[in-house]
Amino acid sequence: MNGRTDWTGHGVMLLGVALFAFPVWLVFAASTQSTEAIARGEISLLPDLAGLGVYPAVLTEGSGYRGSNPVWRMLGISFAMALCIAVGKITISLLSAYAVAFFRFPFRMAAFWTIFITLMLPVEVRIIPTYAVMADFGLINTFTGLTLPLIASATATLLFRQVFLAVPDELVEAARMDGAGPWRFLKDILIPVSATNIAALFVITFVYGWNQYLWPLLVAADPRLEPIVIGIVKMIGQESQTEWNRVMATAVLALLPPVAVVVLMQRWFVSGLTEGEK
Amino acid sequence: MERRTIFGGWLLPAALVLPQLLLTGFFFLWPAGQAMWSSTQRADPFGLSSTFVGLENFAELFADPLYLDSALRTVVFCACVAALSMGTALFLAVFADRELRGRGVYRTLLIWPYAVAPAVAAVLWILILHPSIGLLGRWLNRNGIAWDYKLNGSQAMAVVILASAWKQVSYNFIFFLAGLQSIPKAVVEAARMDGAKGWRRFRTITFPLLAPTTFFLLVVNLVYAAFDTFGTIEALTKGGPGKATETLVVKVYRDGIVNLDLGSSAAQSVVLMAGVIVLTAVQFRFLGRRTVS
Repeated sequence: MNGRTDWTGHGVMLLGVALFAFPVWLVFAASTQSTEAIARGEISLLPDLAGLGVYPAVLTEGSGYRGSNPVWRMLGISFAMALCIAVGKITISLLSAYAVAFFRFPFRMAAFWTIFITLMLPVEVRIIPTYAVMADFGLINTFTGLTLPLIASATATLLFRQVFLAVPDELVEAARMDGAGPWRFLKDILIPVSATNIAALFVITFVYGWNQYLWPLLVAADPRLEPIVIGIVKMIGQESQTEWNRVMATAVLALLPPVAVVVLMQRWFVSGLTEGEK
Repeated sequence: MERRTIFGGWLLPAALVLPQLLLTGFFFLWPAGQAMWSSTQRADPFGLSSTFVGLENFAELFADPLYLDSALRTVVFCACVAALSMGTALFLAVFADRELRGRGVYRTLLIWPYAVAPAVAAVLWILILHPSIGLLGRWLNRNGIAWDYKLNGSQAMAVVILASAWKQVSYNFIFFLAGLQSIPKAVVEAARMDGAKGWRRFRTITFPLLAPTTFFLLVVNLVYAAFDTFGTIEALTKGGPGKATETLVVKVYRDGIVNLDLGSSAAQSVVLMAGVIVLTAVQFRFLGRRTVS
């Protein structure tokens, strides 16, 4: 204000930044130090550059126990899982919202409400029966089982429906005058119009997929299907023999990809997240 | 709002909604129905057959002090997580809304934790709070405060609340900041002219205008704390020591997957479903169609 620097404002902001950055910096610094030093509680806040070798080590060997998964593999599973869930959710929600918003067909509202109900049934409240259904389909310990059930999304469908309902009538009219068929209308008008929302949903659903914990814990008992979030919690399981520097390096690797997606796509992400209501 | 439909035919739209409906049917409705069905069943000790017992599983559940404890614990946990993360976020958002140089950078540095997995947030906090390797944990113990969240139940609760709230601050921050930015500058300016100073202006003008955002976030935070913190709790305390951090979701998981008490677990699932339905209904009733995953 009045060209004077707002020191309180900067102070509070820096405090907030530190609140988030400090734990991550500490974990990064610890990852480069010896596991004995960490176990003794002697963590230096300065990373030891010589210890960066822990990163290639965890990527290729994992926690270091016999039979432990290499972290590159967990990262691969997490990445594939997050990507499939994001692309799958966006695709099927876009299509079903398109049908509900622009077509008139029998049981249209019934279909809409059926989708809507899924909002009220998160995995956490139907653990056992969903597991049983997965077993009936033979989907336990498969990549399909890991991703397919998480692809249904009422949230994305509702969002797309809102966006579609807000498309100006003139645009729809013009498309109709041009004789655009359903596919051309979707491809040339609706998808470009909702590009920002698609980008925002990509960020949200990618992070959602990457961060899943309970679902893979249930469905992917096979270590070969372990995403990194499961892998890291397993690593801290037996505390006495935990190789802390490896755990910390894995934590850094586990949080980098989704954080990168959020930061790189920040603009669309923030507007898409908060513009749910238009 | 209803739009004039522009395409006829029913085969194409049916094909378009079909994938979503199939997934919903197989993985949501069918299991939810199963949960309701098995909540009225009791298996014999060998698991060979089950009999219809009506609402007995529920009656037992609500007569079980362990379950009631867990429910109360969940309420306390959710309230603390919501209050702590929303309070912190609102405080940061008020300052981020000021005309600061470099505020774009601050904003980026405050929203990235949105992407951190709850279970990974737990690992970050181990290095700070662990009694022997954590910075703060060690410092407390050296200064004569017995700190060990693996043994002390209330300390364990504090730890899971802290780690869970930390992860959620960014999300709340994004919404509070958007809410603050949508308040017309003229309103705030008018209050300033009337001589309302900082705190008073916030309390009488800004905060009331933020009420819809606050309420929306309250519901989202309660749902987050109740359901999405499973990973955090598993990584930090596994529900212990004893049952000190066993929330309802942790208990459903323990009873169903680990202890294989299917009837009770199904009844617990149905109770949780009722909880989510109430929260969702409240949110839609008061906020219209505002939805975010």
